Parts: sequence; C-alpha cells; structure tokens
Amino acid sequence: MPSSSPGRLLVVDDNKVNRLLLGRSLEQQGHSIEMAENGRLALEMLHSKPFDLVLLDIEMPEMDGYQVLDKVTSDLKLRDIPIIMTSSLEGLDSVVKCIEMGAEDYLIKPVNPVLLKARIGASLEKKRLRDQQRELIKKFATSEVATDLETSGFSLGGKFVEATVMFSDIRSFTTIAESQTPAETIELLNTYYTLMFEAISDEGGVVNQMVGDGLMSIFGAPLAQPNHCDHAVEAALDMMDMIQLLNADRLAQGKSEIRIGIGIASGQVIAGYTGTIRRATYTCVGDTVNLAARLESHTKVVGKPILIDGATQAALTGTIKTDPEGIYQLKGKTVEVQVFSVPVNQKG
Amino acid sequence: MNTQSVIDMPTYEALKEAMGADYIVEVIQVYFEETPQLLSNLREALEKQDCETFRRAAHSIKSTSNSFGALNFGAEARELEMLGREGKLEGAASKVNALEADYLVVKQALEQLSHA
Repeated sequence: MPSSSPGRLLVVDDNKVNRLLLGRSLEQQGHSIEMAENGRLALEMLHSKPFDLVLLDIEMPEMDGYQVLDKVTSDLKLRDIPIIMTSSLEGLDSVVKCIEMGAEDYLIKPVNPVLLKARIGASLEKKRLRDQQRELIKKFATSEVATDLETSGFSLGGKFVEATVMFSDIRSFTTIAESQTPAETIELLNTYYTLMFEAISDEGGVVNQMVGDGLMSIFGAPLAQPNHCDHAVEAALDMMDMIQLLNADRLAQGKSEIRIGIGIASGQVIAGYTGTIRRATYTCVGDTVNLAARLESHTKVVGKPILIDGATQAALTGTIKTDPEGIYQLKGKTVEVQVFSVPVNQKG
Repeated sequence: MNTQSVIDMPTYEALKEAMGADYIVEVIQVYFEETPQLLSNLREALEKQDCETFRRAAHSIKSTSNSFGALNFGAEARELEMLGREGKLEGAASKVNALEADYLVVKQALEQLSHA
C-alpha cells in the first residue's frame, strides 16, 4: 500500500492541541513529524530541510496559511511539496481559494484519522511519482529542457515555434526480436538508445517520445536553437555512423546487422506540455511532425536511410550534401512535398 | 448547558481509540492549559472591541473543543466566532459569560473521562 510508505511531514498550526492531535495521528501512520506554530517558522523550516508534505492551518498569527501557500507555490525549490490545508473555517470559499492557489487537498478539522491517512497516502504517492518523473526528465531530456520544465512549471499552454522534427526507427525490428532472446533484445534496445540519445543530444536535440524502437526528437524547441535544420541533419549522420559501429560489433559476435530509417521535416509546430498538471510531457504536434513521420516511413520505399523535406534542405547552411529524390505525394498528405536524401559517410 | 450532553461520547471514544488512552490524557492537559488563555483573549478583545482577535480566539476554542467531542460548547464558540466575523460584538458579553461558565463544565467532564 502506498499509504504505508513513510514520509517527512511538517505540521503547521498555531493551536497546540491541534498540532498534538494531528502529529500523533501521523506518527502512528509511520511518518516522521516536525511542527511549526506559525507560517513564518514553517517557511524557515521548509527552506532549511527537505519535507515530503505539509499540513497547513489557515488561521494563524504572523503569517497565515494563505500567505504560506502563496510563498510555497511561487517558490521554485518548494512548489512541488504537496500542501494539504487543514482548517475549521466554514463554507466553500476558503476551500476553493486554497485549491485555486495550488493546495493539494483540504481537510476540515477535526480531521478524521482514516480520511487523513488516505489523503496523506495519496498525496505522498503523487509526490513520489512527480519526483520519479523529474529524475526521468533529467535522464531523458537535455538539461535545457529540464530547466525549462522547472521554470515554466509544466504550464500546459501551447505555442507555435519553428523547429525541426526527426523520426527514427529500426527496420524489421520485429524480425530481429524474434531471432534472439528477450534479454538480447532489451540489451540491443538499450545500446541503441544510448547511442542515439548521445548523437541527438550532442546536437542540441531533445528526444521526447520513445515507442518501442522508434524515437521522436525535436530540434529548436522548447528552447530556440539557431540552425536547427543543420543540427538535426548532423545528428542523423552521427546516428548512421553510430549504427555502423554497432553493426561492426554485432557482426564480430555473429549477430545480424540492424538498419535504421530517419525522416526529418522543418517548419511550424505547436509545442507545449501536454497531459495534466500532474503528469505532463513536452511534445510537438502539427503537419511538420506528421511529415517527418511519413518521411521516415518513406525511407523504406526509396531505399535510402535519411530523408529530409524541402524546407529542411533549403535551410541547410553548411556543407552537407543532399540528393533530390523528386516530388512525392506522401501517404496522408494532400500537398506534394519535395524530398531529398542525405548520403551517409559524408563526414570526415 | 445540559451536562448529559457535554461530551459527545462517540467523538470522544473515536479520538481515544485513534490517539491511545495515555496520549489523550496528555492532550487534554494541554487543552486545559490553552483554553483559559483563549477565553481571556476573548474577553480582552471584547473590551477593546477588537473583532479580529475576538473571532480568532473563538475560532480556536471551537476547533479544539470539537476535537474532544465538546460539541455544544464548540457550537457556542462558533456563535461568537460569527459575531466577530460580522463585527457585531454589542450583544456578545452575555455569551462570553456563558462560555466561561460552560468551560468549567466541559473541563469537569473531560477530567472525569480522562481518569476513567
């Protein structure tokens, strides 16, 4: 049961009887408790040591619960600590006000111990998930994205940005997976991901979707990046180099080679955090994203591993070579698109 | 106040069950220390016509008293809290007197229960 996992809790109440009663309930549930008798002290304690959850009274001298809630929710370091308001104020006004201000929950005093246990358990579990997600973001996103997430606070609003989108995929992955043990398949995927992430993030790209053996990456968002088209194509070429190294290794072990396909398109995308306020991922949607996915799929038809759209090709500023592959009516697109392939092994 | 209904027994028993018999005795002692101070804050605020302090003291008495099942006493405190909120302290004096008297009844009842 998640509710039995202990947490470090801060109980804030100016009334000693209330502090003792709440503190006792929480200690009996296995949590470690610290107490503060007013809002000012509570904030000092929150700044000096880590807490997993705060139980906050509203009516207090010096600094009331609303003021503390406001300070905590607008503080980058503190705002992920869930706050459960405890109050014997009557009426819905204060409940609504607290929830709107960012409180996690609201309990009416005297607090029923069973209800308390359930709510604390749920809040701690949510905090654990958020902490895990933060770790994942650090693992799977560049530090820029992690920082953007921290500062924007998962604001869910989308915006139009100019970016380059890349889709990549292992060819015939299912066949490969069927020819080896599950452990070998996972090992292959992990090696593949490590290599691809390195190539993409070295060029300032962000992997924002991983589905099976497929990756979606964005260049130029969430943080603007000059020459994002160049960076995306450079990353694609690096990815091909990495795959060649991986294949040399696999051949030496008597294993089959893997091949990948990469599709790249540039233009306007709608970028933003999607999901709920508690669980959000950064993503991009729009025609450019769809086009990149179609181009990746189209590599199978053309028989060349990297395909880019005309917009990406036109924006290239460096010495990257491209070959025109004509104009294609791509599946699911009404307009015709100019397609170019990028020859591999062109970098020294 | 009807002494038969000073303490709501289901509320008190549930709290005792949740907190433990020894612990509840300790907390009741703290209640006995804190409540006279709150009552004197209430009276002082009434004399100064300080509605905010009045309201806050009454609110605090209501909140802790309800925890122990002193629901009628809590309801009296609530009435005073409302008067404070509305800024109508004119007719509050007799109610403050009644609250002070009733506190002694609550205290006696809780003393008996905590020694039972």
